Amino acid sequence: MYQSKWRSIANHVILILGSLFMILPVWIAFVSSTHTREFLFQNGLQFWFGGHFLENYGAILFDTAATKGRVTALEMLFNSMVLGLGFAIGKVIISMMAAYAIVYFRFRLAVPIFWVIFSTLLLPLEVRIVPSYEVVSSLGLLNTYTGLILPLIASATGTFFFRQFFRSVPDELLEAARLDGAGPLRFFIDILVPLSVTMIAAIFIIMFVVGWNQYLWPLLMTTDDQLYTIVIGIKQVYNSLYEGGQIPQFPKAFALTIMATIPPVLVVVIFQRMFVKGLVETEK
Amino acid sequence: MKRVQFGHSPVPYFFVAPQILIIAIFFLWPAAQAVYQSFLLEDAFGMSSQFVWFRNFEDVLSSSSWLKSAIFTAVFSFLVAFISIAISLFLAVRADEVIRGAKSYKTLLMWGYAVAPPVAGLLGNMLFNPLMGDLYKLFNSFGFEFNHIQNANDAAFVVTLIAVWKQVSVNFIFFLSGLQGIPKSVTEAATLDCKSAERRFWTITFPLLAPTTFFLMVINLTYAFFETFGIIDVSTKGSPGGATATLVYKVYVDGFLGADMGGSSAQSVLLMIMVSVLTVFQFRFIERKVHY
Repeated sequence: MYQSKWRSIANHVILILGSLFMILPVWIAFVSSTHTREFLFQNGLQFWFGGHFLENYGAILFDTAATKGRVTALEMLFNSMVLGLGFAIGKVIISMMAAYAIVYFRFRLAVPIFWVIFSTLLLPLEVRIVPSYEVVSSLGLLNTYTGLILPLIASATGTFFFRQFFRSVPDELLEAARLDGAGPLRFFIDILVPLSVTMIAAIFIIMFVVGWNQYLWPLLMTTDDQLYTIVIGIKQVYNSLYEGGQIPQFPKAFALTIMATIPPVLVVVIFQRMFVKGLVETEK
Repeated sequence: MKRVQFGHSPVPYFFVAPQILIIAIFFLWPAAQAVYQSFLLEDAFGMSSQFVWFRNFEDVLSSSSWLKSAIFTAVFSFLVAFISIAISLFLAVRADEVIRGAKSYKTLLMWGYAVAPPVAGLLGNMLFNPLMGDLYKLFNSFGFEFNHIQNANDAAFVVTLIAVWKQVSVNFIFFLSGLQGIPKSVTEAATLDCKSAERRFWTITFPLLAPTTFFLMVINLTYAFFETFGIIDVSTKGSPGGATATLVYKVYVDGFLGADMGGSSAQSVLLMIMVSVLTVFQFRFIERKVHY
């Protein structure tokens, strides 16, 4: 394609500026996390590494004093992992089953059930937090992984992704399977699930990131430090930065922020192609 | 629906049961409670409550703080959607044109999807920290007298900037894939007819991207409504004086911190109505797109 030399140079300049716009805030947080707090306090945020990487990250990972609570960052990372994986696995299994029933079966309550599932798209968790909190607390599920994960799964986004996908599967497959005598369960497990592997992987990646990054719900649900996810943990650390009249522990707060960001970013970058495909195809 | 389906049997009920059960317990029940509570007035200690019909709604709609928050939410959502869509479209068009380094640029611009909104909020919080924030110092060195802790407009600027930063990557992903879906023959024919890249963009590319842009508009508005909660809660906390509190943030502040259940529920119900309208609008549009 015809392209002037100047246009090409301009493209690169613009894209580099755009990349810097995205990366600089995280870069500053990262390199600032490798300095001592006294140094940051006197000299402001940094643009290059200091020599305290191991010291700061070691403290935050293994020492509860650094995270101002009773849990270390390592335990928070574990909680985030449980939330991310539990949310993704639960969502994939439940929504795949529901989508299968809706697409492949004729049954009396199909239409009302479809509308009940659809209605969850209308009301995100954010608008019904207060009653949701009351329901979970009356079920005795506060400060449990179940109470953390299940209400988040209630939204039906995944069901719609799978519904869309199943509808694009050729009808001939079911005809052939039925001729061979496969029942509903057999068709689902032996044919539909293997066929959906790439779709499952894509949705799994997206849901893992969404689950890991949850904020409002864990914030309300987890009053017990033991269940803090890392995203909640950084908020607590930032909140206590100015307590006690000492020099604020900025490097350790930054270190925690970086550790909360790395896992989901790695997942997205490593599985980039699958992730983009899933995002673009499912949300249409 | 499918031409071929399994006939009547109890099997489908077994497959939808888990989803329906979770929806019933964690969605229908709380949603019904929100509607029910929005008609109740609790006394100060939460011991007794009485049915007051639409009084909570009247109170909410006539309160100046709710209206202020509604106006802020509208302006904020529009600005976030518009600015982040504009930036990402600009970047996506350029990223679609380059040949060398195209893959690296793509990765560098899309990873931000994985950043949690509160993390974005904290990064912004630190850059605007009066003690050491580089942007805070930069703006003040130009003599702006920038002070987001006391000045409502400055605070709104900070929240908007963070929200835009966080959303650029999602829009970029969609625009780039939209651009790559435009047939090469179309762009090549346009190049033969018109030398000006800018005119080609406005007459050919932009109209072809219209469905993507419209879809992203809805996605971005929903994002600005709901997901910015995390950003606000760790950057401005709605200060100064509720000037940067979106409607969702206000539900949280009134319901959890202020313990005004009836008022908070009425706000929730109003929000539900707004979102429903937005979603139905979106679905009607998508259905139409499918038919074309």
